[in-house]
Amino acid sequence: MAQPHLMIHIVPGKCDYCGCCVGVCPEDAIELMESKIAIIEERCTNCRKCVWACPWEVIEFHREGIAHLPTQIPQLVNDPTA
Amino acid sequence: MNNDYDIIVVGAGPAGSTAARYAAAGGAKVLILEKDRDVGYPVRCGEAVSHEGIVQFITPDPKWIASTVTKFRLVAPNGKSVLPKLDGTGYVLERRIFDYELAKLAANEGAEVITKAYVYDLLRENGKIVGVKTLIKDKKTEIRAAVIIAADGVESRIGKMAGIDTTCHIRDMESCAQMTLSGIDVEEDVLEFYLGDSISPGGYLWVFPKGKHTANVGLGLSVEAAKKKSAIKYLQEFVDRKYPNAAMLTQIAGGVPCAKTNPEIVKGNVIIVGDAAHQVNPVSGGGIISGMIGGMIGGQTAAESILSGDINHLQEYEKRWHKRLGWRHEIFYNIKDAIAGFHDDTLNDICNSALTIPEEKRTLGGIFRTALWNKPSMILDVAKVFVS
Repeated sequence: MAQPHLMIHIVPGKCDYCGCCVGVCPEDAIELMESKIAIIEERCTNCRKCVWACPWEVIEFHREGIAHLPTQIPQLVNDPTA
Repeated sequence: MNNDYDIIVVGAGPAGSTAARYAAAGGAKVLILEKDRDVGYPVRCGEAVSHEGIVQFITPDPKWIASTVTKFRLVAPNGKSVLPKLDGTGYVLERRIFDYELAKLAANEGAEVITKAYVYDLLRENGKIVGVKTLIKDKKTEIRAAVIIAADGVESRIGKMAGIDTTCHIRDMESCAQMTLSGIDVEEDVLEFYLGDSISPGGYLWVFPKGKHTANVGLGLSVEAAKKKSAIKYLQEFVDRKYPNAAMLTQIAGGVPCAKTNPEIVKGNVIIVGDAAHQVNPVSGGGIISGMIGGMIGGQTAAESILSGDINHLQEYEKRWHKRLGWRHEIFYNIKDAIAGFHDDTLNDICNSALTIPEEKRTLGGIFRTALWNKPSMILDVAKVFVS
């Protein structure tokens, strides 16, 4: 059963798209493309298997929820529009 | 409505390209869809294979062989090591060229290939799977086919879409990290394996040479063990200690399903091959040759189904796979279970006893026999492997 509050956070821009997390996800709750990855919120049960599986520590567990966390890749270091 | 293709293969790794090659050779009209921009890249692999495995499919070619290996070194937790001979010759590959060659072999048989083609769902009509929904360069496209071969790797989502549970238990999934290091000194003909709780608990660390001054240095540990400390942390510690001045040419993450074959690998008109089907040697984590064997059997069986018009014939794939290799993997899985229970003391003991074996008799078999003294329950399983 999906939980109301997602607690799993994929740190933007850090992922190598290897699929190890997807392979252990019992709910098929991770969408993985060539260079995009996202949790499918309605399916995720916050079981944390993806967090443990990630070889690069890209996926984090936040008990308080993830609403306050960034979803975008940080801006360019020298952003020409800034 | 007519099908666009007889068979769609999802994924252009060794298993997918081999499935497509044999399906096309068997007379089917085949399309391979690869989600990445390139076939063969990024490489997610230690890249070691045996000569006898590879020659079943392709003649060894220097352009995709980085090193030829004849020995392997097992390094125990206390630093002592044994250097037995391999039973045959092995190779460390250049997968980005090798995978390309396998796709070309499929193309030579008439298979078509599209890259940057991501399959996001299966196409259904009246509850039946009739093809795939794919995003080709961000354009949604539906392609119809009679049979789908899922060779989509460790993530294995196509199988799940078809109703096959391909989830790998965290005890069996190896969480892996690898760096290709250069500017280091390695023995070009030796595969190195480091064992121990502080190196890679429940798995091993490998140093596979690619020439005299470059190597794939990587490790895998069970996700169960990775709860406490991640693969990249273990690897970084080893590299900092052993190769502090190395140049890092690549760094990759990966997952290897070191499990028995997935309980179900055929459902209706969908079959799964390679890592997606957990067709991996559970002891070594090697999946290139076994994935290609799975792909070959799957591709041949699928072509037979198409030509005979009998989709139920696909069930033969599962039987043929288990007869050819699946049964061995069941036994290897039990051996893996036993080895995973070895801690540093046992591993040190095994290495010490192996060093007492005369050098010319120091083969994997000899070391195995020594290991058996420490874990007699393995005898039955090992006997089955060698008696076959």
